[in-house]
Amino acid sequence: MMKEIETRIKEVVKDLFTQNKIDLFIGYSKGSLPLTSSPCFITKSEDIEKLVWNSFCSNNLAVYLPRIFNPQPRKKEKIELPRIGILAKGCDARSIVVLIKEHQIARDNVFILGIVCQGMGDRKKIRNDIEITGAEEKNGRITIVDENKKEIELKREELLSDCCIECQHATPPIHDILIESGNQRPAAPKGGGRDFEKKSIEDRWNLFQEEISKCIRCYACRQACPNCYCRECFADQTKPRWIGVTDHISDVMFYQIGRIFHQAGRCVDCGACVRACPMGIDLRVFTHKLVRDAKELFDYEAGVFLEEGLLLATFKPEDKQEFISEP
Amino acid sequence: MMDKNFEPRIVAFLCNWCSYAGADLAGVSRIQYPTNVRIIRLPCSGRINPLYIVKALQNGVDGVLVSGCHPGDCHYISGNLVAGRKFALLKNFLVHLGIEPERVQFSWVSASEGPRFAQIVKKVVNEVKEIGPIEKMVKRL
Ligand code: SF4
Ligand code: SF4
Ligand code: SF4
Ligand code: FES
Repeated sequence: MMKEIETRIKEVVKDLFTQNKIDLFIGYSKGSLPLTSSPCFITKSEDIEKLVWNSFCSNNLAVYLPRIFNPQPRKKEKIELPRIGILAKGCDARSIVVLIKEHQIARDNVFILGIVCQGMGDRKKIRNDIEITGAEEKNGRITIVDENKKEIELKREELLSDCCIECQHATPPIHDILIESGNQRPAAPKGGGRDFEKKSIEDRWNLFQEEISKCIRCYACRQACPNCYCRECFADQTKPRWIGVTDHISDVMFYQIGRIFHQAGRCVDCGACVRACPMGIDLRVFTHKLVRDAKELFDYEAGVFLEEGLLLATFKPEDKQEFISEP
Repeated sequence: MMDKNFEPRIVAFLCNWCSYAGADLAGVSRIQYPTNVRIIRLPCSGRINPLYIVKALQNGVDGVLVSGCHPGDCHYISGNLVAGRKFALLKNFLVHLGIEPERVQFSWVSASEGPRFAQIVKKVVNEVKEIGPIEKMVKRL
């Protein structure tokens, strides 16, 4: 199935270039390590062969769009916007919807090649005492080769990321062409701080502290998140300076609370921040709380309906008032 | 060990048109309320950046009270309604991380509700006294 999809992607991209419909295509190419894929930018049809499709095309490619479309400041003459083709799984497409709603993308200049996603694997789910020297994927099975050339066979499903196990939107909500994949994953609630939430308030605080103390404030989580397109992030501002330039845990917490809360009603649970973290912090324990609350309190899911107003820019008369303290 | 004489420091973010006027009314009507509260006036509850609240906690404030006009009464029509969503999410989020729910409280107080303002302040001060000085989140060098 994966190979067929890959062939189909190449055909579509080839057509797009021959019909001169796009200037750039964003997809995936082979990664530098086994069981990874890298984002890949194709500008001419000779390079189309580089494109791949497999169980590790995890990156949320929508992250590049605001950077491409960001209008140049103070340029008087009308600038010609590039025409972009982009590969979009369910979550990438949801991010695209969020970005269109937030006026960061020129919809007419984007050609969305949607794929019904079968869920992406998480390399970290493989026992970490195995040194993976090679890998192959065939018919829903992944064979990895360890340092002693021993082959280990794994089921694709065993490697699915938590966010993919839970994903309810495998089909891109927006697309110009859709490639089917016969996805039949049952979406099951998984992780995302559900167990964490059941712990006592003190335990939660201690765990939060423990987890966050690993953070080196490299800001990779921010760079990977499609919603973090701000020209000047609060974390970099100096007037006011929100976060001290120390490694004090309180400053690290302030960054985390600030960044994660900025995703309220916008996070599509793509897992890009979790994957980007070099310290292995399970940020989803915190990001997914906001995803759940948006749904539970306001019946809102980010990036699903283009016409619906943004969660934090609208209100309904029936919004719950439980957060109010009465005297 | 709870200090019996602990006097919390509370920061109150009040909107200019209702809650601040409500606090003012409490003052001119000579209604007694605890002096633990430091009021910061903002144009509207919609002007409150959630980070103000987190920053206040980081700077060692024991509790934060945020108050605006009642739903439907906002001077800017819907500032408080939009802000309400942010507040609800923020409160849940902070509690999720392990911050006591008493530390950050929200209310609606109109310009004519001097007594209500005094009551809210009393309530927040008492509840924060109960849980003691803030430890979490504070930046102590
Ligand atoms: S916060 Fe993380 S999971 Fe949510 S949209 Fe951003 S990168 Fe994706
Ligand atoms: S953390 Fe907040 S301010 Fe920084 S880039 Fe992301 S959304 Fe913008
Ligand atoms: S990617 Fe990880 S280590 Fe880097 S700032 Fe984010 S949470 Fe911290
Ligand atoms: S003016 Fe009071 S809440 Fe908007």
